[in-house]
Amino acid sequence: MSLQVVTANRLDDGLVVFLTADGGWSENIDQARVADGKEAGNALLAEASVPELDIIIVGPYLIEVEQQDGGLVPTKYREILRTKGPSVRQDLGYQAG
Amino acid sequence: MYRYDDFDRQLVLERTEQFREQVERRLSGDITEEQFRPLRLMNGVYLQLHAYMLRVAVPYGTLRADQLRQLGYIARRYDKGYGHFTTRQNIQYNWPKLDEIPDALLDLAKVEMHAIQTSGNCIRNTTTDQYAGAAADEIEDPRPYCELIRQWSTFHPEFTYLPRKFKVAVTGSANDRAAVKVHDIGLRMHHNDAGEVGFEVIVGGGLGRTPFVGKTVRDFIGKNDLFSYLEAILRVYNRFGRRDNKYKARFKILVHEIGIEEVQRLVEEEWNLIKDGSLRVDDAEIAHYIEQFAPPAFETLTDDDAEFERRKAENREFANWVRSNVIAHKQPGYAIANVSLKPIGGIPGDATDTQMELVADLSDQYSFGDVRVTHEQNLVLPHVKKADLFSLWAELKNANLATANLGYVSDIICCPGLDYCALATARSIPLSQRISERFSDLDRQHDIGELKIKISGCINACGHHHVGHIGILGLDKRGKEFYQITLGGDASENAEIGKIAGAGFSEAEVVDAIESLVTKYLGIRETGERFIDTYRRVGMDPFKEVLYGDR
Ligand code: HEM
Ligand code: SF4
Repeated sequence: MSLQVVTANRLDDGLVVFLTADGGWSENIDQARVADGKEAGNALLAEASVPELDIIIVGPYLIEVEQQDGGLVPTKYREILRTKGPSVRQDLGYQAG
Repeated sequence: MYRYDDFDRQLVLERTEQFREQVERRLSGDITEEQFRPLRLMNGVYLQLHAYMLRVAVPYGTLRADQLRQLGYIARRYDKGYGHFTTRQNIQYNWPKLDEIPDALLDLAKVEMHAIQTSGNCIRNTTTDQYAGAAADEIEDPRPYCELIRQWSTFHPEFTYLPRKFKVAVTGSANDRAAVKVHDIGLRMHHNDAGEVGFEVIVGGGLGRTPFVGKTVRDFIGKNDLFSYLEAILRVYNRFGRRDNKYKARFKILVHEIGIEEVQRLVEEEWNLIKDGSLRVDDAEIAHYIEQFAPPAFETLTDDDAEFERRKAENREFANWVRSNVIAHKQPGYAIANVSLKPIGGIPGDATDTQMELVADLSDQYSFGDVRVTHEQNLVLPHVKKADLFSLWAELKNANLATANLGYVSDIICCPGLDYCALATARSIPLSQRISERFSDLDRQHDIGELKIKISGCINACGHHHVGHIGILGLDKRGKEFYQITLGGDASENAEIGKIAGAGFSEAEVVDAIESLVTKYLGIRETGERFIDTYRRVGMDPFKEVLYGDR
């Protein structure tokens, strides 16, 4: 079954973040906690959806990822864009470094 | 130009402070996202793919120089140095931080701007002809009526929770540059048999997943009666519009489901009850608004300027720009100059902070401090002396703002698509860039003539693809972007919804497909025909054949 991580947008600045192993939120998908399989995914999402987090993040959801040589890569192009920034402005977003 | 009165100023400041408190309460956890979301949407704040997005209203597309300068400042101070002008004549910022948006709104309020009516199920910001008050072909400046509509509709208590958003567009010219037939209400100014000026009222147009060209509900409504008539239409919509299904909630669906005759009957019935009430606007009040949009202090000039003619004869590049981007003005010796936000390979509608500031300065210098935003995502300096066009052009050129492509194949309307938009199914901007690069040769563009390509990144059709001569809709096919082509759409007074040509194309194929359509047109066009004329004469088949052959 598939690997998944939880992503959301941070409340104050709106930027893309991922749920990490220690329950925090990182801008870097490679620090995301990975759930393997449907059940683990749902448990992860449940953890990310508790009301207390409502003042930290907005709209948590699960995305599918693959473990590649360079790190974790989402399977959907939409989510790849979220880890990088607009493809038409490589100077902006996380890809700008 | 229209200036706020104390009431407007108070209203906007109160709204800004109210939103600041709402943001604070959200950040401190006093209200949840569920409670906050509708509040932020009422203030133009969306959450997009990478960040928040702030949509700022440019009522009827008219800006003063100081306002545009401030938009440039906001791009630098609160965003990443640019903004995106949209088909709704608005501007969107792509990276504002929620905790800074109240400050941005306050900075906007300082120049009488805001984000009200840019979002939510209300009567949205009214759009109109970008050449209003300048075009040689207009009957009257439509903006006094737009301003009256703004005042009537802003925070209208009865119409704050409509079944769905509601868009009104107005044209003062027979040549419709405001796409009025694809709005919930389109108003076309014209004369009745008695020679009075009034409006044809068109309802139920729209794009999105179920596109419709609007239908005429009344041939003529006099100016004094316009507002009670609009109220009657909104009441009918508010009462009968569907609230059970978001996708069937737009006015166009009601018009389609019960038919235009029934809509007309209901509207007239309602109107008869209210037409002599407080919404009847008398001539004196209309005159007051017309006065607010009085023409600037034009000099008395002859229409031809020897220096201008000499420059054109000597400089081919300038002559080309004049040919495509300069339009006839009603005042002798003046012209309308279009500032293209579609440089070859650029992002349609994007402008940097410094470009905005430059255009603001140029408008002070050459156009009475008046700037317009077009629904085709360009800017306009509406009142330029012909004698000044050459200097203006030279300065625009230095800032990469003088591409001579207005109305041509590289003047593409394009929504943000998957590069920014959370609802997108495919990217749209890269495609517009590749098409523009493919046709980068300006001589070739001028030879092809008027050709409107419009691209949307999903079925919501923010990029107006349904009414593109060539429309492109980006979709997702098993995780891959692919693009559906429609042909024969038209946003003008001859509005038409394009027809799907056939199966979609992959990202790799689609630019070649567009080029093959253009090549076909060039091969079969008759003298003087634009792409759309040829399409209307020969129909879909010849074009389908070049796209699909025997497939
Ligand atoms: C970035 C976030 C945006 C979101 C979430 C969004 C959302 C939508 C939705 C849901 C619709 C369909 C409405 C319906 O059919 O009931 C729509 C239509 C439309 N939007 Fe957007 N849009 C966005 C950006 C834009 C932009 C950038 C423009 C201008 C370039 C725009 C202009 C329009 C227009 C002209 C329509 C179709 C006309 C109509 O039927 O109302 N939108 N939008
Ligand atoms: S058409 Fe779709 S992708 Fe484009 S801006 Fe509108 S909602 Fe987003």
